[in-house]
Amino acid sequence: MSDAHSHHDHPPHLAHHFETPEQQMESGKLGMWVFLATEILMFGGLFCAYAVYRANNPDVFLFAHRALDTQWGAINTAVLLASSFTMAWGVRAAQLGQRTLLVVLLSLTLLGGFGFMAIKTIEYAAKYDKKLWVGGLNAFYQSGGQLKDEAAAAKAADYVEHHGDPSADDHGGAHGAAASAHAAGGAHGETSGGSAGHAEADTQEAGEAEASGEITLVNVVPTQIVPPVAPASGLVADVIENPQPNLVGAQSFVTGVGAIQASHEGSHYPRFSELDPLEEGRTHIFFQIYFMMTGLHGIHVLIGMGLITWILFKSAAGAFSPEYYTPVDLVGLYWHLVDLIWIFLFPLLYLIH
Amino acid sequence: MSHETTHHEMHDDHSSAGHSEGHSGSHVVPLSLLFGVFVLLMLLTLVTVAVTKLDFGYQMNLVVAMAIALVKAVFVGLYFMHLRWDAPLNGFILFASLLFVTLFITISLVDTGQYASTQEAAAIRSATP
Repeated sequence: MSDAHSHHDHPPHLAHHFETPEQQMESGKLGMWVFLATEILMFGGLFCAYAVYRANNPDVFLFAHRALDTQWGAINTAVLLASSFTMAWGVRAAQLGQRTLLVVLLSLTLLGGFGFMAIKTIEYAAKYDKKLWVGGLNAFYQSGGQLKDEAAAAKAADYVEHHGDPSADDHGGAHGAAASAHAAGGAHGETSGGSAGHAEADTQEAGEAEASGEITLVNVVPTQIVPPVAPASGLVADVIENPQPNLVGAQSFVTGVGAIQASHEGSHYPRFSELDPLEEGRTHIFFQIYFMMTGLHGIHVLIGMGLITWILFKSAAGAFSPEYYTPVDLVGLYWHLVDLIWIFLFPLLYLIH
Repeated sequence: MSHETTHHEMHDDHSSAGHSEGHSGSHVVPLSLLFGVFVLLMLLTLVTVAVTKLDFGYQMNLVVAMAIALVKAVFVGLYFMHLRWDAPLNGFILFASLLFVTLFITISLVDTGQYASTQEAAAIRSATP
């Protein structure tokens, strides 16, 4: 810098309305944090949608999340964490005035962003191929209680049921194989016994209701259920051992719905055909939530990549120094927030059970 | 490219122990600490994937996964985002936003829990002949 500036009463990067560079930087950071808080609140809406739908339709989430590739999700988590690390290191390089290192680290961070988006593209393309896209492009989409295309739904259900964990088990070795074998065994036992018992109970109850001539609500509790292999939760055992006799009205619905949900907990993944009609109608909503959450996150990754490109050029041009590196710091904060949100998205979407 | 020297000194690689006083914005995190946090985050990612193979029950698996995610988030916040050395106000803003998101989700869940059964009952009634 020229000497003219040192005669001036403030350094060139200090705006006139700030007393000191420290105050300026603190104000910038404070502003960034307030912005990040609004970002968290925006994502909060989607997290809330997720929570409400999952609370009401646990089986849908248990069934549908298997469509997602745990392996790609885990790799993407690692990619984003690594780029977060290079970003944090980049801020350090900026503080120490290591210009070349800063350029290298920002480039690596940007590369991480590209890697993340590339993997996301692979995942999205696979979902599109299997008709698991949003809205009407989702095979499970229903209007008026009817599937748009039953054949497509069956194909998609088959894909979801046989996809997922086994493919993600490559690194799990014997343990992983054992776990997936257990899951498959559980599913088998339940379908051969469970669905038959379900149907029987249904018709029996309906017959009773007809015979007595009064309008009772059909009890959908599969009370005759054959215990699945090693029922893990106490609820399942309760339902089997203490079948509720002839509940009427809303009571039967309450326990009925709860029992069906409980019967799938712990032991196996429900198949599409095992979901109750209401849940079948809501299956596509899982994919809506998945695409909206990862989509909004993806947009943030793209914006972050744009900002990193900007400070990459600026740092290559020597705009930053140990006295002035606020933009690097603030873009870093933004990038870490993107990472932070993914840290929660990954287990919520990919690792449901 | 040498800037005029101001009163805050160039921090050296190993001088980061005792200068968190005063200008908190310019705290330099030791590289070993950054790398340690990175390794820890990667390990926790492996743990959170591995732990889904274990069956603690549907709800418990969610709790475990969220607990691990929270630990990861705390480390990212404290070290990558410098909150440990930052002005407390910044951390407070983050905390406040998380508090309100938690309130939002909790109240929504309590609310949906109140009427879900009747809603589902109505839907099942219309679905059964």
